[in-house]
Amino acid sequence: MMRRGLWVAAWALIILVLIMPLAVVLAEALKNGFGPALETLKDPDGIAALWLTVEVTTIAVIANTLFGIAAAWLLTKYRFPGRTSLLVLVELPLSISPVVSGLVWLLLFGAQGWWGPALEEAGIHIAFAIPGIILATVFVTLPYVVRTLVPLMEQQGRDTEEAAALAGAGFWQILWRVTLPGARIALVSGILLTTARAMGEFGAVSVVSGHIPGLTETMPLHIESLYNGYQTVAAFTMAALLACMALATVLLRYAPAFLWRSREVPK
Amino acid sequence: MSVHVENLTRYAPASQRKLLDDITLTFPTGAFVALVGPSGAGKTTLLRAIAGLDQCEEGTLTLNGNSLKTLQDRAGKIGFVFQNYALFPHMTVARNISFGLDVLPRGKRPSPTEIANRVKELLELMQIPALAEAYPARLSGGQRQRVALARALATGPTLLLLDEPFGALDPIVRRTIRTWLRTLHDQLGLTTILVTHDQEEALEVADRIVVMQNGRVVQDASPTDLDEKPQTSFVMEFLGEAVTFKGQVKNGYFVPDEAHVASFPTHISEGRADAMIRPFEIMLQDEGEAAVPLATHGKSNGYRHYSATLAGRAVPVFVPETSGGAHIKTGCAHLNIQNARIFRNGTRAN
Repeated sequence: MMRRGLWVAAWALIILVLIMPLAVVLAEALKNGFGPALETLKDPDGIAALWLTVEVTTIAVIANTLFGIAAAWLLTKYRFPGRTSLLVLVELPLSISPVVSGLVWLLLFGAQGWWGPALEEAGIHIAFAIPGIILATVFVTLPYVVRTLVPLMEQQGRDTEEAAALAGAGFWQILWRVTLPGARIALVSGILLTTARAMGEFGAVSVVSGHIPGLTETMPLHIESLYNGYQTVAAFTMAALLACMALATVLLRYAPAFLWRSREVPK
Repeated sequence: MSVHVENLTRYAPASQRKLLDDITLTFPTGAFVALVGPSGAGKTTLLRAIAGLDQCEEGTLTLNGNSLKTLQDRAGKIGFVFQNYALFPHMTVARNISFGLDVLPRGKRPSPTEIANRVKELLELMQIPALAEAYPARLSGGQRQRVALARALATGPTLLLLDEPFGALDPIVRRTIRTWLRTLHDQLGLTTILVTHDQEEALEVADRIVVMQNGRVVQDASPTDLDEKPQTSFVMEFLGEAVTFKGQVKNGYFVPDEAHVASFPTHISEGRADAMIRPFEIMLQDEGEAAVPLATHGKSNGYRHYSATLAGRAVPVFVPETSGGAHIKTGCAHLNIQNARIFRNGTRAN
């Protein structure tokens, strides 16, 4: 009885909080049918926003994957002074409000910022331009790869790497053939979380972007602009598209585990 | 491959505590040496230093007369088996074994067929030919042990280092693998250094035993010598059950403090000393008398186990069972300990 009650409560909550909003977004997008919804996607500003999101996400994911691997390696394989502080600092972007993270970049690179005017003179635009959006996104999504890799690599220990070194493997061979494959599930998981977060980031990006349609608007920002301009169908169509992209990323997270499990067939 | 270690000293990170304290040892080519000692004695530390996994602050280490400074220089020449095997979980057994060949630079790497043949050969040598495509997670402890050994041997090293290789195995598998390892050592002409905390294992498998304590070598001898001539009371106790009788040397005799333990002649100088003896070396004098009551605890390996009650304690005494003699002894007048080794301040005196 108790278990049944919990089951019902869990599903009720999931439907109310997770599934309903998605369904409502889809319903709003399609309220005039497929045609008008697809028509809104032909808007050049919308397409620009889609490509900007893809671009920013790709760069953020690559940067944070490389940084995440390096940081996780350093944090788990060596003991050095300040290691614990570094572990805590890596999590900072998770706890700081995205708006604050955005403001930091404005303070540094904005027209009234510390380095802004100097860079502006050199012809480098960061605030209210794409580099700023990328910086803000990288900052916000920094912890995911590190945080998923560290516990697993900690648990792996050094033994397999030492075994590989004794067998003659060099640093890169150990990294590619032993460390990363051993931690691949955590790594893929971290990369996909980074992807999902980078695509959806609103707060930090909103502060540094300057909302220039067709130039510095990512999908979440563009959705807000559309909604505020009473273009409901367009806003919800783009929202549905973004939601689908995020959903696909989340589903991908589970695919590798499934693929790797099925590879080892018991005899 | 011969290994020579001279005045090797290693300190614990950021402290003055010595993990290895001035170790000098020579392992000639073809030797099977066991490093034994209690936990924290420095056995694994020494083994890792020989492998090149850890650097030592002082001393020199040469392999075949060369000081191979970096791990890269030693790669492929040394086979190392880790305590927990450290197999690569994401690779099949075959890929695990061929790892050392797969990572060779293109010019030196054997062809895929040669590698496959080598793997097959090793799997057969390890008596696990059917496991090539299995993943380590599916293997039993004994099988993992064999895969780890095959991986260590793939590059054809002449020095094999084993860190507590039998620790996680059950007693029967342990015994089989032990004997088989000894055969393998002889067959391949290896130099093998084995770390173990199990002195019985060491006595059975090795030609030479190095007993370590607190980062130092206490004794380095053949199993027979170690058994017959232990240098310190620690070695005596570490190698098997031993009974200590405190006493005094006087007029050429060792006189035990306890009543009903017979004095025996010795040539060492007068003063306090400890006589240590193994339970099966103690003899019963004037059986049938009741001064020292005996209680029996069953038998093993042809010895009947008794406990002899002295004034303050009970002493184990193992008496050989004569064929057909189910005669249980109930007491004696004296314990004869003339085969005891005498130690003074922990070191051998006679």
